[in-house]
Amino acid sequence: MTERLKVHVDPDKCQGHARCKALAPELFELDEYGNAHEAGDGIVPPGLEDKAWLAKSNCPEIAIDVIEE
Amino acid sequence: MSDVSQPVAHPPVTDWVNDFDHTDPQWTEDPFPIWDELRAASPVVHTERFLGCYMPTTYEAVREIANDTEHFSSRRIIVRDVRPEVARNAAPPITSDPPVHKPAKQLLLPPFTPDAMKKLEPRMRAICNELIDGFIADGKVDAAARYSKYIPVRAIAHMLGIPESDSDLFINWIHMILELGIKDESKLLQAAQEMSAYFSAHIEERKTKPTDDLISYLMNARDKEGNPLEDSHVLGSLRLLLIAGIDTTWSAIGSSLWHLAKTPADRERLLAEPALIPTAVEELLRAYSPVTMAREVVKETTISGCPVKAGNMVLLSFPAANRDPKMFPDADKVVIDRRENRHAAFGLGIHRCVGSNLARMEMQVALEEWLKRIPDFALDPAGTVTWSQGTVRGPRQLPFLLGKAM
Ligand code: SF4
Repeated sequence: MTERLKVHVDPDKCQGHARCKALAPELFELDEYGNAHEAGDGIVPPGLEDKAWLAKSNCPEIAIDVIEE
Repeated sequence: MSDVSQPVAHPPVTDWVNDFDHTDPQWTEDPFPIWDELRAASPVVHTERFLGCYMPTTYEAVREIANDTEHFSSRRIIVRDVRPEVARNAAPPITSDPPVHKPAKQLLLPPFTPDAMKKLEPRMRAICNELIDGFIADGKVDAAARYSKYIPVRAIAHMLGIPESDSDLFINWIHMILELGIKDESKLLQAAQEMSAYFSAHIEERKTKPTDDLISYLMNARDKEGNPLEDSHVLGSLRLLLIAGIDTTWSAIGSSLWHLAKTPADRERLLAEPALIPTAVEELLRAYSPVTMAREVVKETTISGCPVKAGNMVLLSFPAANRDPKMFPDADKVVIDRRENRHAAFGLGIHRCVGSNLARMEMQVALEEWLKRIPDFALDPAGTVTWSQGTVRGPRQLPFLLGKAM
């Protein structure tokens, strides 16, 4: 059984680089200022795990957490 | 820009670690080994030049400073020979410190979101192709002077609603401010005045004939109390958008083409896998980051264990951070499919570049359109590549031979 992943953006750290949205458009949304938050409840649908890790490892502000549940 | 007079000379550097100078010709030509030497010596080095200036050499030290708005002020954004009084509203929000920074920044963010940039993309593709039409039949070209230089200037002119045909005027102002102005105050002031007069005329015009461009957008902006921005704020932000929007991306596109011209394996890979271009753009941004910012130490503190004293400037080198091998394995190699790439080319923290989405789009489009029409090109051995000095690094002369017959 693979673990379920959840992404979370720390709004205090996010500076709107939009890397997450470019790399994993299914998992993140941007507000009118271009700052990111996780789409919906942040649960990563099966098959998108790799994209979640990729977004985390490319966020310049280290604002993204990937939580394994 | 060899047609413009050159800045005053500084004595040549003989001791990089204790007497560095980012305007030295050796640094301009090839800064990478210098940064390695400085980094090996200390995470923060100091020079007496520029009235006292530190330089963080590691990614960590750069991050610490970028996130520390208590000890480091952004009111001066260029390390220069002189430190005159700072004008209020010089170029908000880049010159703003908290708490006035946030509202000024939020004002500029909506027009530069990724979605807004998507709408601009067709215009950018057309501009790139128009430029290519102008030289493709010649078999050779200065790709900096005739291609990379005009892409960002025309994009920002388009967004601001000022004539793209004034591009050469804008480019000259930027050269006076970012290069000559480091050592010659009068050049900087002259350019700033000319820019202000230029924009003031456009502002006046829009008072009777409103438009749907960024100038009108700023004129119509209201703060939380419903008041319009002060005129000096509108002007300052317009100056910032023009200055920041031009030779930064011009440099990034130029460096990218330079890399592809001298690295046929990478060029062929991008031709075969165009979907890799966005990833490659990030790596080219990391390896050849154009922009070095500045801070001023306003309160004594320590950075990565090194004491820094108030009254000194900081050369906040995002390019040097991006070459830190502790942060990026094989930092000195360009790995166009690098997966983990938290590069800091657009800065870190609250002053993250407002135009980063625009710059990324321009770079991708510029490379895509170029590669589609000019798959084969190489450096012209009969010509010389030259680099800009100081705040923004990129090729200013980029002689290429085009086509297979080389
Ligand atoms: S990459 Fe990081 S800083 Fe950028 S929008 Fe996403 S969460 Fe925010």
